[in-house]
Amino acid sequence: MKFSRRRSPIVATTLLFGALVAVGGVYAVATSVQPANAAVSAGRETQVEEGKRLFLEGCSSCHGMSAQGGENGPTLIGVGAAAVDFQVSTGRMPMGAPGAQAPAVNPPSYDAEQISAMAAYVASLAPGPAIPTAEQYDYADADVARGGELFRINCSQCHQAAGQGGALTQGKYAPNLMEAEPKEIYEAMLTGPQSMPVFSDAQIPTENKKEIIAYITALQEEPSPGGLTLGKLGPVTEAAFLGTAVVAVLIAAAVWIGIKAR
Amino acid sequence: MSDLTTQGHDSHAGDGHGHEVAPARPGYSPVADIPHSPRATDTDPRMARRAERQVAAMFVLSMLFVVLFVVAYVAIDKTTIVYIPVMGEVNFSQVALGFTLGAAVFLIGAGAIQWAKKLMPDVEVVQERHDMASPKDDTNLAAANYERGKEESGFARYTIIRRTLIGALALFPIPLIIMLKDLWVPGPLEQGKSPAQILSTTLWRKGSRIVSDGTYLPVKATDLPVGGLISAVPEDLREVEEIEGNLNARGKAAIILVRMQPDQIRSQQGEGWDYQGILAYSKICTHVGCPIALYEQRTHHLLCPCHQSTFDLADAGNVIFGPAARNMPQLPIGVDEEGFLIAMSDFEQPIGPSFWERA
Amino acid sequence: MTTTSPIEKVGGGAANYVDQRLGSNKFLGRNLGKVFPDHWSFMLGEIALYSFVVVLLTGVFLTLFYKPSSLEVIYDGSYVPLKGIKMTEAYASSLDLSFDIRGGLLLRQMHHWAALIFVGAIAVHMFRVFFTGAFRKPREFNWIIGVALTTLALGAGFSGYSLPDDLLSGTGLQIARGIMQAIPVVGTWMAFLLFGGEFPGTDFISRLYSVHILLIPGLILALVTVHLMMVWTQKHTQFPGPGRTNDNVVGYPLMPVYMAKAGGFFFIVFGIIALIGGLVTINPIWLFGPFTPDQVSAGSQPDWYIGWLDGALRMMPNIETTTFGYTISWNVLIPAAIIPGIIFTALALYPFLEAWVTGDKREHNLLDRPRNAPTRTGIGVMAITFYSLLWIGGANDIIAITFDLSINSIIWALRILIIVLPPISFVVTRRICLGLQRRDRDKLLHGYESGRILRLPNGEFIEVHQPLNYKEMAVITSKTDVAVMPAPVKTDADGVANKLYLVDKLRHRLSSFFYGENIPLPSAAEIEAGQHHAEHDAAAEAPLAAYEDRDELFNAHGGVLHHPGMPMTNMEQVEQGPAGTSH
Repeated sequence: MKFSRRRSPIVATTLLFGALVAVGGVYAVATSVQPANAAVSAGRETQVEEGKRLFLEGCSSCHGMSAQGGENGPTLIGVGAAAVDFQVSTGRMPMGAPGAQAPAVNPPSYDAEQISAMAAYVASLAPGPAIPTAEQYDYADADVARGGELFRINCSQCHQAAGQGGALTQGKYAPNLMEAEPKEIYEAMLTGPQSMPVFSDAQIPTENKKEIIAYITALQEEPSPGGLTLGKLGPVTEAAFLGTAVVAVLIAAAVWIGIKAR
Repeated sequence: MSDLTTQGHDSHAGDGHGHEVAPARPGYSPVADIPHSPRATDTDPRMARRAERQVAAMFVLSMLFVVLFVVAYVAIDKTTIVYIPVMGEVNFSQVALGFTLGAAVFLIGAGAIQWAKKLMPDVEVVQERHDMASPKDDTNLAAANYERGKEESGFARYTIIRRTLIGALALFPIPLIIMLKDLWVPGPLEQGKSPAQILSTTLWRKGSRIVSDGTYLPVKATDLPVGGLISAVPEDLREVEEIEGNLNARGKAAIILVRMQPDQIRSQQGEGWDYQGILAYSKICTHVGCPIALYEQRTHHLLCPCHQSTFDLADAGNVIFGPAARNMPQLPIGVDEEGFLIAMSDFEQPIGPSFWERA
Repeated sequence: MTTTSPIEKVGGGAANYVDQRLGSNKFLGRNLGKVFPDHWSFMLGEIALYSFVVVLLTGVFLTLFYKPSSLEVIYDGSYVPLKGIKMTEAYASSLDLSFDIRGGLLLRQMHHWAALIFVGAIAVHMFRVFFTGAFRKPREFNWIIGVALTTLALGAGFSGYSLPDDLLSGTGLQIARGIMQAIPVVGTWMAFLLFGGEFPGTDFISRLYSVHILLIPGLILALVTVHLMMVWTQKHTQFPGPGRTNDNVVGYPLMPVYMAKAGGFFFIVFGIIALIGGLVTINPIWLFGPFTPDQVSAGSQPDWYIGWLDGALRMMPNIETTTFGYTISWNVLIPAAIIPGIIFTALALYPFLEAWVTGDKREHNLLDRPRNAPTRTGIGVMAITFYSLLWIGGANDIIAITFDLSINSIIWALRILIIVLPPISFVVTRRICLGLQRRDRDKLLHGYESGRILRLPNGEFIEVHQPLNYKEMAVITSKTDVAVMPAPVKTDADGVANKLYLVDKLRHRLSSFFYGENIPLPSAAEIEAGQHHAEHDAAAEAPLAAYEDRDELFNAHGGVLHHPGMPMTNMEQVEQGPAGTSH
């Protein structure tokens, strides 16, 4: 019996794979669409009113109808415009899925104008830290070395000495700082987002905050004098490299020496 | 030792597997009587010459890399940065020196190995082992000499000599050990105190002003909002460090200040040790002494990065996870007339890791 | 007679000059042709030796620039983010090496990578020696020296990476001191004596320096010399194979082959270390900042070979007892002192324990295949599993942030796994080894399955079994069957009670456990018969080999074996007539 036109077993696998890719692709596209923002209502509304509307649509389900907080989200009364600006600009809020911690998401779900509106609304609820001015986070003349000292006193115990981030309890984490913008950094210190403590301008004055920002920026831009960095995470990644690449090379050399030449 | 001389090994051309077996030569171990197939370089002179050229090329390349190393050392400025794919921006001098040195040395080795593999004989030779134990005669001779020596020394006979010798030898190391005592010379403030006593006190006193670490500015209660964290030290720390010339005082006196809503404080280590919701805790972990300042604002948990001991600062600093066995010592605080935060006394338990004498 | 070059004449003259004073020609005569067996796994110890030499060479260079001083200075070198910062001279000089001395960072990194490779090679070498039973008589002393070298290597590494006085390694020193303090009775005094007072003090760095560059390297050099001398006089062990017996060494002579290979390997290891030292960052101390006892970085770990201790400390539950006003910190002592103490003692004593259990007093120069000692292999795998779990514990926060896990769950999982996984790994390994032994026995009795199915002329399908070639035969039949220690009798034939009855009973039990389940080798006659049987299959297959065109043999068109000249298409078949009528 001839089996010359036997279907290759690869065909089934390929079809299945293709179907999975197609479904996954459609899903990814469908869910990445921005949440449809209702058109600006007829007639002009103030920034605070716009912010309140956006808040009710996108935030009140967790933070309560009057931002008083609830089971799923803390109160926003008194957190200030800076907190809203930080959380929403970095895409942490609205929180995409339940989990130990809200990760930063790029791009954020709202545009800059909407974020300002929401920030204005929250600021109107009670006094809180304001969005820092460009002058406040202008780190151009700041002393990088002093910033390093302050970073190591206040920041490295969570964010790691090279700003690579660190583990907190129960799956939470202090994020990697390599993509952080100066305004974000200022706001984070000012408002103490999620698990991060608050470092108000009374605790760390603006001058010092600039120095810390300068240091973090220096960390981001720093070349690696020693070669490939292995993640700047310390001895663990060095050991991983040793145990894989280095051991493989050395044993390969030893085997090469031993095998008989052809 | 006869294991190196020829042992009547028949040299026969061909051993049934189609190749030559070399005869044993003086000083050369006999060839092992196992099949051996020739290499390309054994049978084909062209391949042999090619192998020779390969080895020579490796050595020449090595020399070339040495030259490149010297050029790199002299010509490349130590601060120059260069971009290399995968590695990113790296120091040019470092990478160039490393690569050239590595290649130069590696190629010597590779050349030597290639020489051995391709051109030196790869015929296995065999050498006999001998028992490690000495021949009977030697053992008997040793025993006999020992007996004679023992008898002549009189060690067994002269009991007093033997005992006093042992005594002297046992005692003589003592001076060497005793002189290690001054590995630690107590300072003027440490005179007459045991290590346990010294470990049990810090720089904090009633009225010591609390200053922020790094800026050394005193702290007002209003400076610290709820959820805030300040790493702090006593005001006189810098002065003490100047005088003592070390960081010992800092290692014991470092504290953290945190603030929570007063109703969130479930318990403390002493009545009223907080000030309007501001709590002061030691910054040194009670497990094995790492500084600990990872404060989770919402849960009020303090996490140590070294071995993950976790303390609940809203609950008298009690341990809630990890290997630490004791709670984080709390420092009682208040304010002075100007409204700056001060300590009300020293810690009431030794800070940092446990030790034997710690009750 | 070969002609002598001028160099050889001088060399020969020098050799005689020395010989007249030291009698060295006798040594050369006996040893230039010394035979060394060749296997890649024998080079692991060499990796350790050569990386140690690189450590020494680079270390000497570093000592010319590094200052072991706790004096506070203001940094004024090239690295901008630390300019103007107060730090110890130790840290400042390490920064100078890294940024202001050409080749300084290269040598620092080479030194550190070589140290990591040194300890790693020691570990892998130790595994090889363990799993092949090379520690058995007469090599027990060498094993003990090896354990001592391992401990010294750990000490050298720890003292070394603490010298730059950066935030990361200084935290490690604080932990070491905390462990010391926890020792009952003498802990606080020990800590104060070693550190010259409280932590950090100003004495410890310079004391660590003398330990690191003088005491430990001196001891390592001395012990390595003894280690190598023993290997030299006892001759290296060898793997079983053709021509290899327990009473010979088969391999290559020292001169020229072994000299070239070993010497070449030195340069290869050196070269690889230089390449890695130049291209891959290790211990970027400038990122950690100078040490001060009130700062710390998240993700603080020691170097990998101390990581298992860190993991043990992390996994230990927080047990501490206070009696009569004295505290015993079990949470620190058990993981940091008691468990390592037990492990290293057991490790050092293992050859003697195994010899006692098995009653094996013979000299062993032929290595065991791991499968032939299932219990020993199982113990080794169990130990490696245990160690690996501790190591993972030490890295748990890096694992947590890399894979988005919770450190608390990781610790709990490891606490359970470390009790459950080692015994399981022991049992599984043992079973695998015994299974491999059964396969070996099958191979001896039936030849090995070639995977080719043959249809015999009478219609029967068989799988062709091939006889073992001479290499495999030599390796498999090298297995020595060790007899189990006999069960003791309470009283012997004359009615004398056996005082050591309980001890002998324990020994018997352990011995049965150790080798009892080993599959014995079939007798020589059975092996002969088995190989003969396999040769029958080969004979049955022989006619197929007669086909000149092997392609024809394997080109089965629709399941029909195609002979040259056979019709390729239906039309051809019709034209040519029925099969058998055309060739």
